[in-house]
Amino acid sequence: MFEQLTEKIETVFRGLTSRGRLSEDNIKGALKEVRRALLSADVNFKVTKEFIARVQERAVGRDVLESITPGQQFIKIIHDELVDLLGGLAPNIELPHKTPTNIMLVGLQGSGKTTSAGKLARFFAKRQFKPILVACDIHRPAAARQLEIVANNAGYPSIMFEEGEKPSEVARRAQFEARQFGCDLAIHDTAGRLHIDRDMMAEARELYDEINPDLVLLVLDAMTGQEAVSVGEAFTSELGVDGFLLTKLDGDARGGAALSLRQVTGKPVLFVGVGEKLDALERFHPDRMAGRILGMGDVVTLVEKAEQTFDEKRAKELEKKLRKQTFDFNDFRDQLKQLKNMGPIDDILAMIPGMKKSMLKGIQVDDGATKRIEAIINSMTPSERAKPGSIDGSRRKRIARGSGTSVQEVNRLLKQFFEMQKMFKKMGRIKKFAMPPGFGL
Amino acid sequence: MALDKLKKALGKTRSILNTRVEDLFVPGKTLEEEDLELLEEALIVADVGVEATENIIEHLKVAAREQKIPPGGPLAILETEIRKMVDEYEDPAPWRPTEKPHVILLVGVNGTGKTTTAGKLAKYINDKGGKSLLAASDTFRAAANEQLAIWSERSGADIVRSVDGADPASVAFDAVSKAISGGYDAVIVDTAGRLHTKVNLMEELKKIARVCGKKLPGAPHDIFLVLDATTGNNGINQARLFEEVIGITGIILTKLDSTAKGGIALAIMRELNIPVRLVGVGEKIDDLIEFDSASFAAGLFED
Repeated sequence: MFEQLTEKIETVFRGLTSRGRLSEDNIKGALKEVRRALLSADVNFKVTKEFIARVQERAVGRDVLESITPGQQFIKIIHDELVDLLGGLAPNIELPHKTPTNIMLVGLQGSGKTTSAGKLARFFAKRQFKPILVACDIHRPAAARQLEIVANNAGYPSIMFEEGEKPSEVARRAQFEARQFGCDLAIHDTAGRLHIDRDMMAEARELYDEINPDLVLLVLDAMTGQEAVSVGEAFTSELGVDGFLLTKLDGDARGGAALSLRQVTGKPVLFVGVGEKLDALERFHPDRMAGRILGMGDVVTLVEKAEQTFDEKRAKELEKKLRKQTFDFNDFRDQLKQLKNMGPIDDILAMIPGMKKSMLKGIQVDDGATKRIEAIINSMTPSERAKPGSIDGSRRKRIARGSGTSVQEVNRLLKQFFEMQKMFKKMGRIKKFAMPPGFGL
Repeated sequence: MALDKLKKALGKTRSILNTRVEDLFVPGKTLEEEDLELLEEALIVADVGVEATENIIEHLKVAAREQKIPPGGPLAILETEIRKMVDEYEDPAPWRPTEKPHVILLVGVNGTGKTTTAGKLAKYINDKGGKSLLAASDTFRAAANEQLAIWSERSGADIVRSVDGADPASVAFDAVSKAISGGYDAVIVDTAGRLHTKVNLMEELKKIARVCGKKLPGAPHDIFLVLDATTGNNGINQARLFEEVIGITGIILTKLDSTAKGGIALAIMRELNIPVRLVGVGEKIDDLIEFDSASFAAGLFED
């Protein structure tokens, strides 16, 4: 998610820590790099400026210059400011149980509202709600149909608009029909609109006034540039947005918008979308995200994900194996299925502390290819799995035949596996940041 | 021209910061640090990207030192640069009747407006006297096929439909076959949105292109990256990876009717030498216009 930013700030810190005591000058140099990194991450220009000014004020003071380990103190200041900027502790999402409770999704075109509607339904269905999806997008061709399919696939009912109906009228009807379906959570999907389009904003306002929603979410593409702030401001002031849902964070977007939105609107980022599947929606954790930005990885999310998929014992075993570098093909196969359930493997790897994007280069983990990989591993003998180094040319040929793959594929898997082992070794060598007591995850 | 249309469409009132930026570059005037800071802010806010912004500022510093700032100031410099990029391509026309049928692939990340653009592009080609055929190769997103069918009605272009979950390459293949036998001038293949970092999905795109070429050597003749103007620095990553995997012949910059400046397109043009061909400026079928370097450059500095 934020790997590149992490990398850049890490570079800054490496320079800093190796120089020992800080001077006013090298703080400035470091800040310049931090500023550049933030701007490259699409953090808003003004937000970046304020952030840098705040950090500078605190860094140039005695906190840093008089401390014994100035580099660490500097990291702490950046970290604290980032947590602050991201909104402090993760807010709880407490929705009242009404008949029905109303969620309204708003945003620009193509931000991912319809897809997110399905994901939110799944999210709240796991939390004792009975969701129904309401198609209030009367503008985009086949948008309602898309929502209907999303709802069907997820197993939730949906309400379509009828010819000539206004979005507010669909929503009004939904208040009664939701009950008929036995549902208590109506998720209203609206048309994408520009924040400067007065007519369309008025239409959304009319819908808002009709249902007086319990939660208004602005759905925003994580790849959004400097515009994020004006979009966030306009929707928040005109439609009472309660929080943000940041989509498409499974790509390589650095998502600087997450930093800016909170700062400028005072509203929290509540959810992040991390894939096209229904369960690819996560709570946004500002504190963890700041840790991630600073290169401390996102261990908490990793463990949480693992817990959802594995039982606790297995999760611990995996972590131990990864750390102790005794990870062999037996483990690889055992974990492969469960790893698949956790999401794209490179995403998982990216959450491990000390892992950087550059380390992942050359290790392409293609989720679609996992079946073939399993077949290859299944064709190995137990001793080959335990000692992959013993697999020579003729063994490779046999394995390829047995698994119905080619020698090239076997070679590729072995190569990737060895690179992975190498990488884990590298990780083991990376010293953890020496953090002041009480600081860190 | 693009800007006139934009302003009219939305009735936006924009105060022109333009003159202020231009005033900084009067011949003979020395460039102060704060002048450059102002320009830097303007470029960053327009999403031109950090690297491109730094390059431009450096470029201007040199030009100022050598007293080579043209009368139009930074705007003129930017425009010249953009124009160079666009003119580098011998025939920048998005549709060329010399190819029959001219096969165009629309690619991009999720939600940039590929399907809408496909509909508008069909109308654009039909307006120029061509007969275009739409191919619904987005078989992944729910109802994408139905969405394109509605655009087919609106544009009067025929369509090769598909069912959700069908093989996108085979839909493209069928469309190219139909275009050849039915005497169509252009085929517009709408593909599913995909993040450029998803290896298997990018491979699928390669297959679609390959299959088109199998039916018709030389196809696809154009692969346009559909890019959302509100995109920030990530736009460069998108363009770079799509270029690496299948090769991009141009960019269609959508949603320029928002307040976003689409500055990242400038960075992409500079860094990857990929020109912007068309610009989307609204949700109506005629809201797709040819790229104009002068108004694009001017738009970057408008508030």
